[in-house]
Amino acid sequence: MHKNLKPLVAALLLAPMVATAALPPYAPVTDQRLDKPEPHNWLSYRGNYAGWGYSPLSQITSENVGKLTLAWSYATGMTEGHQSPPIVNNGYMYITTPNNQVIALEAATGKELWRYKKAIPEELQQLHPTNRGVALYGDRVYLATTDANLVALDATTGKELWRTQVADWRKGYYMTLAPLAARGKIMVGSSGGEYGIRGFVAAFDAETGKEAWRTYTIPAPGEPGGETWPEGTYKHGGGSVWITGTYDADTNIAYWGVGNAGPWMPDTRAGDNLYANSTIALDVDTGKLKGYHQYHHNDAWDWDEVSAPLLIDMPYKGRNIKSLVHAGRNGYLWLLDREKGGKIGFVDAWPFVEQNVFKSIDPKTGRPTYDQDRVPGTGKTVNFCPSLWGGKDWPPEAYNPKTGLLYIPANNHLCSELTGEPTKYQEGQLYIGVALQNILTNVRVGEKAKKSVGEVQAWDMKTGKQVWTHTYPEMNWGPLLTTGGNLLFGGGTNDREFHAFDASTGKLLWQFPAPSGVTGVPSSFEIDGEQYIAVLSGWGVDAQRMQGAFDAVLPHKTVVPQGGTLMVFKLSH
Amino acid sequence: MNSDRRDKSAGCGAGCDEARRAALKICAGAVIGMVASPRDNAFADDPTRAHPQAGDRLVRADADSGVNTPLDLASLAVGDKPLIAYPFDPATRTVRDGSRLNRVLLIRLDPAGFDERTRARAAEGVLAYSAVCTHQGCDVTEYNPTENVLFCFCHFSKFQPAHGGEVVGGPAPRNLPLLPLRLEGGQLVVADTFTSRPGATL
Repeated sequence: MHKNLKPLVAALLLAPMVATAALPPYAPVTDQRLDKPEPHNWLSYRGNYAGWGYSPLSQITSENVGKLTLAWSYATGMTEGHQSPPIVNNGYMYITTPNNQVIALEAATGKELWRYKKAIPEELQQLHPTNRGVALYGDRVYLATTDANLVALDATTGKELWRTQVADWRKGYYMTLAPLAARGKIMVGSSGGEYGIRGFVAAFDAETGKEAWRTYTIPAPGEPGGETWPEGTYKHGGGSVWITGTYDADTNIAYWGVGNAGPWMPDTRAGDNLYANSTIALDVDTGKLKGYHQYHHNDAWDWDEVSAPLLIDMPYKGRNIKSLVHAGRNGYLWLLDREKGGKIGFVDAWPFVEQNVFKSIDPKTGRPTYDQDRVPGTGKTVNFCPSLWGGKDWPPEAYNPKTGLLYIPANNHLCSELTGEPTKYQEGQLYIGVALQNILTNVRVGEKAKKSVGEVQAWDMKTGKQVWTHTYPEMNWGPLLTTGGNLLFGGGTNDREFHAFDASTGKLLWQFPAPSGVTGVPSSFEIDGEQYIAVLSGWGVDAQRMQGAFDAVLPHKTVVPQGGTLMVFKLSH
Repeated sequence: MNSDRRDKSAGCGAGCDEARRAALKICAGAVIGMVASPRDNAFADDPTRAHPQAGDRLVRADADSGVNTPLDLASLAVGDKPLIAYPFDPATRTVRDGSRLNRVLLIRLDPAGFDERTRARAAEGVLAYSAVCTHQGCDVTEYNPTENVLFCFCHFSKFQPAHGGEVVGGPAPRNLPLLPLRLEGGQLVVADTFTSRPGATL
């Protein structure tokens, strides 16, 4: 090195230390902290293992939310769907962006600490260029990538500590979910149902990255449930897992949502097709399947039941139940029971959006019967509601223990029309069985849908009553956050607004026009006595896909600009 | 921190924990080796991954293995759905299917609507476009005759085949690369390399 350059290089090396000077030493994230997170932090995808999307912080309230203002913002430099929650541990913030990027920031100021980007194989196709956030565990940050790698990074430097290839992206496996961390393990599942994958949940040693177990969501012949698949079909049976599981630390059981069976047309795989369209209960130490509930059998509608159920303990009809609550893509709201040993019992289910497929629900088992005129098939054209995006797609519900209400980001009155056609499996190619042009124009917007589609719904699960509903003119793809200040936050609309509602009454109290549509998971945290609300704006993937379908069938077109921006709000003084 | 360069060092995966410093050193050596060697060298010995070359024929991507019949003009008619094909070296009978980036979409259209540049690269109305979207690398397999566009299922990018693969809708930032064709005894023959680099723009 030229000697004149030495001072400059030394100064540059010192720069990161200056940047982190205001931060405390990094506090390792333990099982205890994840199970009972401090109110001022947001340590995991939904803020707690139970999947509530709830922050107990109460400085920002339904009284003063009108004074919410931007504290700082940050451009991610990426287009496409920005969906990750800003995850915060004592002032260290981590977000992820499309194209497998992690950015670490100083949560109070927005100062960038480090940035990591996993290079993408040049042959990779990204059907869903998005990522739903990191997992924190110990002094590390974990990222699942679209080329199906699991990566461990040093939380303070961003240095890659290990990287494990989880599955073969050439065969259509890809990952977009935030990993689940518990008991020394980092758990992930894989997307790729549209490419003929065989879904799984797999766990890796947090320290070394070595695989601990892998449980397929689609059983092989001879395994329990294997008999629900015609010969050979299980190999490409779908059952993707692309949303983080919830976890009961008392029983060491994780609950995962499983996507639809593939290919889409049900006659290609006659049978119940376990454990597609189910929630499954897995022992975190062994990966052993302890129980399941299949929301609907032999799927024909692309109704992934992929978001994990929320764990809510509550009284119901005279008894206390340890419930699992799930707003289904199939348009029914499900109340299940975490029974002893991981078994899942059925309690009740009812539609939360317009649904014309189920004729009845067995009161004991929860198994639906179908109106056969609403079941698509090969060579058969069928119209059904809700649409293939369902009553609720991936954007997570939220539960507020103070109001006792469950909040659902729903799409109502929307229907689809699909015609099945024969399809042949080719490695790494789309394996759907519906013409792509049909999928792009599938949506049917009836008279009711012309008035409103997107909804934010509040339900009292103890009574099964819908307490309030806010409607949007078009779609809602907004993950929800609820807080101890009687507030509910969510974006999701194609007008780019980020909204705050009174959690008790549903009154719209505040909204902010973001640079792009908001499909990020909002979070809340506190630093030096000040509460913040943080969310990523950045429209893309499925929200844009639904927008494209709307544009194809409606007389007007809506442009939602793309580009990721992290927005962090606090009260103005 | 930036580990992009480590991609090719398979040995630096799970084995690279801090306790194994010796292994790490070996891995580091491997990384330097990989970085130092030109990227394409890794594939130089694999003709299935080589880019399409002048003189290559084209074979159906969905053909049963071992059945490689070079496509001719009669394989495509105006109004047919597009065919997906791979380049094929007739001398060595090598199908260049080792890379997705070699996938080609073949379509036959009325050349009357082609611009001059496109017409010069077509063979009796048959056009060969990269079947990989320039946005996020998804398969471009579909043709919409109403709009006269090729489109990508993933994010709706639309390309005009009659005008050199020009982007006319969706997020794709650049045109779809065109693989020039000529005819030799009725057979479709690759006349030149792709007009631009196939694959996603990241």
